[in-house]
Amino acid sequence: MKYLHLVLTNLLRKKTRTALTAGSFAVALFLFGILAVVDSAFQQGVDVAGVDRLVVLNRVSIIQPLPLAYRERLARIPGVTQVTFANWFGGVYQDERNFFPQFAIDRESYRQMFPEFVVPENQWQAFLADREGAIVGESLAERFKWKVGDRVPIKGTIFPGNWEFNIRGIYRGQRVQDDTTQFWFRWDYLDERKSFSKGLVGWYTVRIANPDDAVRLVKTIDEQFTNSPAETKTDTEKAFAASFVKQMGNIQLLIMSIGSVVFFTLLLVTGNTMAIAVRERTRELAVLKAVGFSNGFVLALVIAETMVVAAIGGAIGLGLAKLFTLRGDPTGGLLPFFYLSPDAIALGLTLALAVGVLAGILPAFAASRLRVVDALRRI
Amino acid sequence: MVRIDGRGDGSSLIRARGLGKTYQRGGEEIHVLQGLNLDVDAGDFVAFMGPSGSGKTTLLNLLGGLDVPSAGSVTVGGDEITRMSTRKLTAWRARHVGFVFQMYNLIPVLTAFQNVELPLLLTRLSKTDRRRHVETALTVVGLGDRMHHYPRQLSGGQEQRVGIARAIVADPTFLLCDEPTGDLDRKSADEVLELVDRLVRDHGKTVLMVTHDPLAAARARVVLHLEKGVLVDT
Repeated sequence: MKYLHLVLTNLLRKKTRTALTAGSFAVALFLFGILAVVDSAFQQGVDVAGVDRLVVLNRVSIIQPLPLAYRERLARIPGVTQVTFANWFGGVYQDERNFFPQFAIDRESYRQMFPEFVVPENQWQAFLADREGAIVGESLAERFKWKVGDRVPIKGTIFPGNWEFNIRGIYRGQRVQDDTTQFWFRWDYLDERKSFSKGLVGWYTVRIANPDDAVRLVKTIDEQFTNSPAETKTDTEKAFAASFVKQMGNIQLLIMSIGSVVFFTLLLVTGNTMAIAVRERTRELAVLKAVGFSNGFVLALVIAETMVVAAIGGAIGLGLAKLFTLRGDPTGGLLPFFYLSPDAIALGLTLALAVGVLAGILPAFAASRLRVVDALRRI
Repeated sequence: MVRIDGRGDGSSLIRARGLGKTYQRGGEEIHVLQGLNLDVDAGDFVAFMGPSGSGKTTLLNLLGGLDVPSAGSVTVGGDEITRMSTRKLTAWRARHVGFVFQMYNLIPVLTAFQNVELPLLLTRLSKTDRRRHVETALTVVGLGDRMHHYPRQLSGGQEQRVGIARAIVADPTFLLCDEPTGDLDRKSADEVLELVDRLVRDHGKTVLMVTHDPLAAARARVVLHLEKGVLVDT
């Protein structure tokens, strides 16, 4: 601690330069924070996927339905303990920009299959009692200022017509990553009103007794429906979510590429700045060494300066990114999980400090190797 | 007692034997010091004079452990510093040598107090003890009322006195002064020389000083001339 004032006074001697360098870190770490949020938003489905759940789709494509009759056949397969199904609705609320996922769900089994979504019992009973009832996630309710009892009109696109629902409940997620932007209504209501695809569902989700048995069960399920009019393609929920992300391209590679370029540029900029700062102080560093400060001390002093700048800039950037995410999803529903996690903040700070060390190490090494007599010319 | 004939009895504080320093410049060897002998007792005040390039600063660098000789040895208080590793030599300098530079070499962003405190940061002294030592050193050089001034707020003479306070604050074994008045006007130079003189006279410090100024050299008890790499008594 007794050396801290040396670090701080050195940083404050050129306030503009220090502020600009810290600003570079702040901008880079803000960008890192946003990229981390986007990445986790895309990965959220993968991260929260249940390890004991499989998704059964039509082999042809996800938009091709499956017969309702498969429900009983799936339930009879040894190792399968529970079956539910759902249907994508794809309606529009007021404006196409107001996107949010709407699912027609099986009222008897959906809640048990996804216990991470918590619905108060009285609200669930009200939903069961109302054919036009709907359950919405708390983020969605907050977004549109909906409350229990509101009547919500949705214009069907896949299933034409004006559909009206009564909000009977609001669910919350048990974990912060759980998607609370969904809109659920009863599949029996959809099936009753739709003019085609009657008795068909979008996909099944099955729970298996033993996650280690997933590979075998995936094969068993698909063999069950081989050579039928609607062959199936079964996957783990995690693989299903991952394939969804893949459809949008390799998001992680894109994010990694942008992040790498930003940090590499930051490394060069900061390294150059520190090299100039050290060169300007050659004589002072030589005096420190002359009076007895070791090479190691000089090395540590210069690295400590870059690390302080990195920590301050990084904290500002990540703080701004966090503030930005507190305003919620800016895309109008495409990234429902818009959240900067403590892990991402810790990773960002670690990266900032690592860049600080790397940027400082060459000038610091040069300073530590400085020959006092050369630097002073005369003592 | 100062001797340059290499016949000191071994009781001297600083002893150089056969000291040589050779630089390579291009393909040419330049012999700055050649077989130089020197014995300086504790409490001596020695001035080195000589033309530019005669090796005065090189000699001071070698005696202060800032440079290593091409030949010969330097022993201070029984420790042969020319055999020490870089790490040991650095620690030795902190404990035994106080440097006074011609250009003061104060750190501009630190106050007089903080500049003087620098060598004490290497010790185990508490903050309170460091403060006491710094205040004493600054009072000795007559700047007790300028502790919290930055170098830019001081005159050249005052800056050099801060430099001297920094040199003496850790109570080193000896002081090395390279042209301490070279950048000062006559009045300031006299004040600084009076201070150095007082450190020798009243505090028993050992001082080795390089100077071009005959008036400065006149303050020393012994004046030695460097000519062609060897010391000459006057």
